[in-house]
Amino acid sequence: MDRFKRVPIAEQDPIVRATNFDEVCLGYTEEEAVQEASRCLNCKKPGCVTQCPVSINIPTFIQYIKEREFEKAARVIAQSSALPAVCGRVCPQENQCEGKCVLGIKGEAVAIGKLERFVADWTRENNIDISETLPPNGKKVAIIGSGPAGLTCAGDLAKLGYDVTIFEALHEPGGVLVYGIPEFRLPKDTVVKHEIENVKKLGVKIETNVIVGRTVTIDSLLEEEGFQAVFIGSGAGLPKFMGIPGENANGVFSANEFLTRNNLMKAFKEGYDTPIKAGKKVAVVGGGNVAMDAARTARRFGAEVHIVYRRSESELPARVEEVHHAKEEGIIFDLLTNPVEILQDENGWVKGMKCIRMELGEPDASGRRRPVEVPGSEFILDVDTVIMSLGTSPNPLIASTTEGLEINKRGCIVADEEGRTSKIGVFAGGDAVTGAATVILAMGAGKKAAKAIDEYLSNK
Amino acid sequence: MYKIVSKKELTNNIFLMDIEAPRVAKSAKPGQFVIVKNDEKGERVPLTIADYDEEKGTVTIVFQAIGKSTKELASFEVGYEVADFVGPLGQPSELIKEKIEDLKKKKIVFIAGGVGAAPVYPQVKWLHEQGVEADVILGSRSKSLMIFEEELKKVAGNLYVATDDGTYGFKGTGSDLLKDLVNNQGKKYDHAVIIGPMIMMKFTSMLTKELGIPTTVSLNPIMVDGTGMCGACRVTVGGQVKFACVDGPEFDGHLVNYDEAMRRQNMYKTEEGRKELKRIEGDTHHGGCGQCHEEE
Repeated sequence: MDRFKRVPIAEQDPIVRATNFDEVCLGYTEEEAVQEASRCLNCKKPGCVTQCPVSINIPTFIQYIKEREFEKAARVIAQSSALPAVCGRVCPQENQCEGKCVLGIKGEAVAIGKLERFVADWTRENNIDISETLPPNGKKVAIIGSGPAGLTCAGDLAKLGYDVTIFEALHEPGGVLVYGIPEFRLPKDTVVKHEIENVKKLGVKIETNVIVGRTVTIDSLLEEEGFQAVFIGSGAGLPKFMGIPGENANGVFSANEFLTRNNLMKAFKEGYDTPIKAGKKVAVVGGGNVAMDAARTARRFGAEVHIVYRRSESELPARVEEVHHAKEEGIIFDLLTNPVEILQDENGWVKGMKCIRMELGEPDASGRRRPVEVPGSEFILDVDTVIMSLGTSPNPLIASTTEGLEINKRGCIVADEEGRTSKIGVFAGGDAVTGAATVILAMGAGKKAAKAIDEYLSNK
Repeated sequence: MYKIVSKKELTNNIFLMDIEAPRVAKSAKPGQFVIVKNDEKGERVPLTIADYDEEKGTVTIVFQAIGKSTKELASFEVGYEVADFVGPLGQPSELIKEKIEDLKKKKIVFIAGGVGAAPVYPQVKWLHEQGVEADVILGSRSKSLMIFEEELKKVAGNLYVATDDGTYGFKGTGSDLLKDLVNNQGKKYDHAVIIGPMIMMKFTSMLTKELGIPTTVSLNPIMVDGTGMCGACRVTVGGQVKFACVDGPEFDGHLVNYDEAMRRQNMYKTEEGRKELKRIEGDTHHGGCGQCHEEE
């Protein structure tokens, strides 16, 4: 075998999968996983580990796969990560662990993500329980939000013996894992539910339908309900709009709304009450992972879908794998294109989108070449639905109802490296602090905060 | 799960339920709402809070059984548990943020249209408890459809009733009655709160603008999460886009773009739904479907 070539992984056929919501990537079989694991050089100073935000001992778990000791591999991962089946699927590994794999210099990096996924799926399918906790220490910690940051922080604290309660605003725990990332990238009933069950097995309680800032406040949790510390992992769920004319026309949605209706409310499934309108020709404005998710979802409703992005392909913020999958499924990319107005028919429904061509000018502060309008290049894109996927920012609700919690000018909670906020006993991490980022970075932040909370409460 | 502890049909298809939700009951304030989801496959439906009892841990909701979800909710009996009940959502009424002595100096009038009487009630009750007696105009299409009259009588300063068909009280809309009170009966108001169907809020706000009365309305756009994460409920107020679930639901009645709001309300309404509304409402069909305002 060629050490520099990855063991290929099975995927659903693009033509078939563009009509269903089943998972696209089918995962490695046992044989394939063992074969892929055997490519790992087991480096003395592994670059991969340094690039993993939760520092999974990657070479060790891969060696166990090689030896077919899958349970041992699972235990190694569990020391660092509470959500391996999720991370193995949605992490941008090319920029993290796999980006520093030494094999990547001459050939293809070891498929660390796919191997992690294999171990997690194997553990689930074989009903292996790997939860271990220290005896209860009688101290109560509240976690706000049940997304990746909150689940990780909760899991780590529960393992240390804390009495942990997660408060979740929606009716289902998981945050972006349930409302944002679609079924075809991250199956809900099997993968997400199971990973949340694992966190519950550690003794973590989850109270859904509790909106912190409305139903309860952080101050009331600390002062009236006996919690000794709070972790805020409330994410960045507030959608941005462009502010262009026609944006409130019928048929214009935020990607959050479109994806929430579909993923959380299961609008795509027979028998569920929440409606969704995908239209026949859809423009998704934006170039991130969320834009790809929205576009591929609309495609699965049978629409002709355009990604409208103001820069060029090499600047697309979405993962390369997702862009590749989107193209395979027939998504059309209208690059160097920016909307200027949404046109409406006499009943107020979208009937087209006026766009302008862009070209790339001088690099801006972020180092990326700034898109500049080409004068006189306006044209009309013939669409009946527009999905705005321009990014999100933190919801101001928690900060505005918590005495003494400092936020910055972008609405993000100010916290140090360990997650300490300006308020004693209150910690924060994930998108609530950084603005919209990745699942694994949120998990990393949750982990650090758990450590800081443990230190804080141990010395108290 | 949240238990239904009492249920009553107030009138034709309008139901009242007390639901056990201690956390919501403890935090609820006048002007706020909840989101109810019947069961696993249900949709999230925003409903106004009509009352709350912290001691019993119950929240009162009033709703019209009109679509699939509200009809289903209406079919549940006492003892049944709905899957999800989340709140309180939205900003509390701006009145409760004012100083009591300032409120006492003000002449406030509430104009409730149809089921809008339910969200008006907790506000008027709260004011009454602070020693502020606000006037209330209760409008409905017909006598048999009027709700909350007895409850409001106990807490309002003056309660005026109007029916479109003249079967009870003043003949005409709540808006017509307000005009009569101000123009012919020497009433003066410093503030109006209008709650009812979007079309009613639109026309009543036009009148209060004419009369120079600062006005608050409570909007009821389509919602999904109700926590500010999707923007389904966005409305234009004074030229700016607002999310009704977090910035509202109350807004300055003179600044709301009602036509856009009505159009957006209609986004998921089907042909069948519109026909059904017309069938139920018959000649009194007043644009609750959001498409008939041209007929007014």
